[in-house]
Amino acid sequence: MKTEALRPAQRGSFYITQRAREEIAGYLCILPWLLGFLLFTAGPMIYSQFLSYYQANFLTESVFVGLDNYRHLLLQYKLWGIALRNTATYAFVAVPLHVVLAMMLAMLLNQQVKGLAVWRTIFYLPAVVQGVAVSLLWIWLFHPNFGPISGALRTIGITNPPLWIWSEEWAMPALIIMSTWGVGGSMIIYLAGLQGVPQSFYDAASIDGADVFQRFRHITLPMMTPTIFFSLVMGLIGAWQMFTQSFVMTQGGPNNATLTAVLLIYRKAFQEFYMGYASAMAWVLFVIILFFTLLVFRSSAAWVYYEGELAR
Amino acid sequence: MTQLSAPQEMTLVAREAMIRRSKAHASVLRAVGRAIIYLLLLAGSSVYLFPFLFMLSTSLKTLQQTFVWPPQMIPKPLTLENYIEGWNLLPTASFYKNTFLVAALNITGTVLSSTLVAYGFARLRFRGRNVLFMILLSTMMLPGQVTMIPLYIGFSRIRWVGTLKPLFVPSFFGNPFHIFLLRQFLMTIPRELDDAAKIDGCGYFRTLVSIVLPLVIPAVGVVAIFSFTGAWNDFMGPLIYLRRLEQYTIAMGLRMFQMQGGTHMGRLMSMAVLALLPQIIIFFFAQKQMVQGVVLTGIKG
Repeated sequence: MKTEALRPAQRGSFYITQRAREEIAGYLCILPWLLGFLLFTAGPMIYSQFLSYYQANFLTESVFVGLDNYRHLLLQYKLWGIALRNTATYAFVAVPLHVVLAMMLAMLLNQQVKGLAVWRTIFYLPAVVQGVAVSLLWIWLFHPNFGPISGALRTIGITNPPLWIWSEEWAMPALIIMSTWGVGGSMIIYLAGLQGVPQSFYDAASIDGADVFQRFRHITLPMMTPTIFFSLVMGLIGAWQMFTQSFVMTQGGPNNATLTAVLLIYRKAFQEFYMGYASAMAWVLFVIILFFTLLVFRSSAAWVYYEGELAR
Repeated sequence: MTQLSAPQEMTLVAREAMIRRSKAHASVLRAVGRAIIYLLLLAGSSVYLFPFLFMLSTSLKTLQQTFVWPPQMIPKPLTLENYIEGWNLLPTASFYKNTFLVAALNITGTVLSSTLVAYGFARLRFRGRNVLFMILLSTMMLPGQVTMIPLYIGFSRIRWVGTLKPLFVPSFFGNPFHIFLLRQFLMTIPRELDDAAKIDGCGYFRTLVSIVLPLVIPAVGVVAIFSFTGAWNDFMGPLIYLRRLEQYTIAMGLRMFQMQGGTHMGRLMSMAVLALLPQIIIFFFAQKQMVQGVVLTGIKG
């Protein structure tokens, strides 16, 4: 450090200081991201704000319409209301379900089981494969006549199994069931979290006579809340953007039962070319996601436990 | 030790027996507990594995066999017909070629840019660093829909719609998730090493390339795998930007298959198997690194 401080003085004032060199190098390093942020995030966001006040389809002249897009969207466009309700149902049912399931799997794997790597692989693999292929696979699994799920239900005596993605009532539950196949990613994170809880905590609790449930309630759960919090936030944000499954498996049907917000935005923007209107929809969705994300953040003070909080 | 009187001796024996019994009781309980755990694991993993096995099994069946209940998990006869017919029905080889091209370019772009940016954030001090890093973190939570439409308009202005460029060029500007992952990894590596290099007269970029990079190779591997998976699974991007069949990636190709012969489940499943195969292979080779990456950032793959 001393040499750094001396060098500029020794070499004369037109040499830039070590400190300034580090600054320039730092900015050069992050330059790709900074450019990308301006070009692909900040710029488009500002443009999209503008666009949402226009009637724009890029075939005819764009017309400034003020808040008309938003007004129509919030007050008159029934389909948008349906899409938002569906998406909210999906997010608020599927994501908590994922948390519970992933936690249960992680706790099972944390019992010093033999062959941990094999079990972990089996549960994690479905989380790695995603996209169209998986949607096609689940169309087949849900097939009402020849699919294995309905077949198995018939075998155990349910003569009239649901039509799953072909039924208005069961389509959304079907997509939620399907989504639980991918909880392996969260499970991995929880497992790592569980392994990080010091054994001494459990030993101390056992000496005090705490049973399994008390140990879970008062040690495991509090220690895991930061991890749960993080996966809850990311899970909700992801779930609000659900698209591929609806697009490939049900096209939003039957009777709009699985129409999601992003699917409707896609249709408006890229099939009907109402770019201004679709931008307004995207902004409404963004504000909703932001609202719930902030809500979870605000609530975190009440239930998320950070180690070291007591030390402060 | 003095001689114990008879009654005392008896109680001692009885107590020992009791302890032995309660120990036995506890070990029986533990054994039952273990059995339940393994039963649950077995049941759960069967459920999680079944879709894969059923997909594979269906892909090896003739059309008639797919309608048989109960389904034969190992079909008789086994047929590769679906794979051959499916492969030739659409330009599947070109779907593969395009997907691999996009994935390879995404890996290159992401690794080059994200490593550089992560190094900047982790090691160099500059004004506004913390603010900029907070902005980077918040963009991780930004839903893509807000930028989707303006980006499409922008790309169509420069005539990139209908080409593969929109699917890989942005990756050269760093991906927030991967920058975060690499930065977290860099923070775990002691600074003394690059300080030593600096004293030896290494510039920042020399330090990055010759000192830091070799140490972060495992994390770079994780980033490469995740960007491969991301590019391989991407559906919305190709759906919006690709126009002609010969540019289609696997995801779009599968969608074509579905629209052209969605009822022939055997053929559809054979194409799904082919689409998932590269990912499954990579997963088996790189599972350890992937788990490490997921754990490091708390982000799902």
